[in-house]
Amino acid sequence: MNLLEAKNITIKFGGLTAVQDFNLTLQKGQIVGLIGPNGAGKTTAFNAITGIYKPTTGKVILEGQDITGLLPDKITKLGIARTFQNIRLFSNLSVLQNVLVGHHLRIKSSPLAATLRLPQYTKEENEMIQKTKELLKRVKLDDVQDEKAGSLPYGKQRRLEIARALATEPKILLLDEPAAGMNPQESKDLMEFIKQIRDDFGLTIFMIEHHMAVVMGICEHILVLDHGITIAQGTPEQIQNNPKVIEAYLGVETDA
Amino acid sequence: MRQNKTLKTIIIILILALFVYYAQNNFDNYKIRILNLCAINTILTLSLNLTNGFSGMFSLGTAGFMAVGAYTSAILTMPPEVKQMNFFMAPMNPALMKLNAPFIIALIAAGLLAALVGFLIGAPVLKLKGDYLAIATLGFGEIIGVIFTNTQSITNGALGLKGLPQYTNLYWSFGLATLTTLGLMTFLNSSYGRALKAIREDETAAQAMGINLFFHKNLAFAISAFLAGIGGALMANLLSTIDPTMFKFTYTYQILLMVVLGGMGSITGSIISATIMTIMMEALRSVESTLDLGFITIPGIPGMRMVIFSLILIAVVLFLKNGIMGENELTFEAVQKAINKLQPKKGGKSHEPTRS
Repeated sequence: MNLLEAKNITIKFGGLTAVQDFNLTLQKGQIVGLIGPNGAGKTTAFNAITGIYKPTTGKVILEGQDITGLLPDKITKLGIARTFQNIRLFSNLSVLQNVLVGHHLRIKSSPLAATLRLPQYTKEENEMIQKTKELLKRVKLDDVQDEKAGSLPYGKQRRLEIARALATEPKILLLDEPAAGMNPQESKDLMEFIKQIRDDFGLTIFMIEHHMAVVMGICEHILVLDHGITIAQGTPEQIQNNPKVIEAYLGVETDA
Repeated sequence: MRQNKTLKTIIIILILALFVYYAQNNFDNYKIRILNLCAINTILTLSLNLTNGFSGMFSLGTAGFMAVGAYTSAILTMPPEVKQMNFFMAPMNPALMKLNAPFIIALIAAGLLAALVGFLIGAPVLKLKGDYLAIATLGFGEIIGVIFTNTQSITNGALGLKGLPQYTNLYWSFGLATLTTLGLMTFLNSSYGRALKAIREDETAAQAMGINLFFHKNLAFAISAFLAGIGGALMANLLSTIDPTMFKFTYTYQILLMVVLGGMGSITGSIISATIMTIMMEALRSVESTLDLGFITIPGIPGMRMVIFSLILIAVVLFLKNGIMGENELTFEAVQKAINKLQPKKGGKSHEPTRS
């Protein structure tokens, strides 16, 4: 069975069709890339999967369950976590607290039990802190755990955002331009990092990325969007040689 | 370390208890009244800070929730004979006539009813953000006033209720203020408190982390209404007279001023500013009476206090944008560090107070 399926998703904003007939299937363990020029509708497609937008038509199916139109928090609970293109950390909270927030959705104690610090809650809280510290160690942020998230350097903020998403214990991780603004060395480290977490956490990854070296380097399957339409998909080699893709990125030569 | 902190907290509460005991038995009525107001305003300020400071929901409904609490407690604590005397224009609803309960039950009922109203208001309007939410909650506060003016058989309308038993004393007010403070501190330091702060920081990201916005926002709003209801009940049984005009927007504005002055998102800041402002509110009464400066006599202008407070608010917003405490808390460690700093020989490095 496919882990995630998006069937004929179309999203319209008034008269503008941002995404048209978008189809996607993810198998467990895959790393799939989504590329396309600016304004092609990549983030919109992401938002439709994660519930920020409700698709005008089409369906999103997670492990056979229809999740179209559910609220983002429900979808996250079912196992799809994401990061954002423009980093959206809780800047005034500490690194530790940011990741702890990611664990909150699995809490079983009631607010009253939490306020009264009943043993059941204390146990849960300690477990959360334990898990968070392990996670921070794994993404090598344990040395800055008490610093404000907003004060971290850019690369670490990116990693923290991924760590926070991992804290929700997802099956599928959606990364929106994780390598944006990174230099070649940092992108290379990021590629290693993404592969590493895929293996460590048994994840399936769907990512938007402009950085061709990264996309071609780690994605097994790539989709190309242009003006909301999927113009090509296939392996990195197929994409690299696809004339339509080259046209979308570089434009066509016309006789003057 | 942790035990040490608990011990210090207990010591502070004991000192406070001793002070309250001494004050209740030795201070004159005027001073006791002001201390009661300090404690009640602390509860109200914390209530408003929970929504406005910690959860990022700009609410202006405090006075409305206070009114709900005040009337609930009034109806529950007034003996039937007093009710009979109050309702001379039109008879009171017979079911309410017989109601009578001890103060503790009245307080809990006041809080719960205010929380229920808070939930009913919050459920539809909490998806609004910023100024829109402020306007919606402000509207609610005005509506409550109008409703209470027109439900003659329940609230005695514009005539108000007189002769409430004066149950509120320093034990009640300080006890409840202490409970509120401790409860909010543990709540806000729990996972739920973190979730609320996350919503304040970035709603979209919080929701993407699986936080149910509806539940958490309504939870904070209902707790805030609960506390405002209790504050209103304490106020009613302190003043012994209530009428719908008491709970106008001006009261919310005063509490908002205390929240901003103390620091949005600081519990200790709220306590400090509520105490200082309440005392100043009384101390500044002198500017409203005729001032004789020897060479010139300034006639007393009623309402002059509020002008001064408005000026303070402007000054705070201009120069001390985050209030007295900002988002910091006055913790034992922070005090310790400040003391260390005063002793240059020890050479303790300067630290920011611990963040909440």
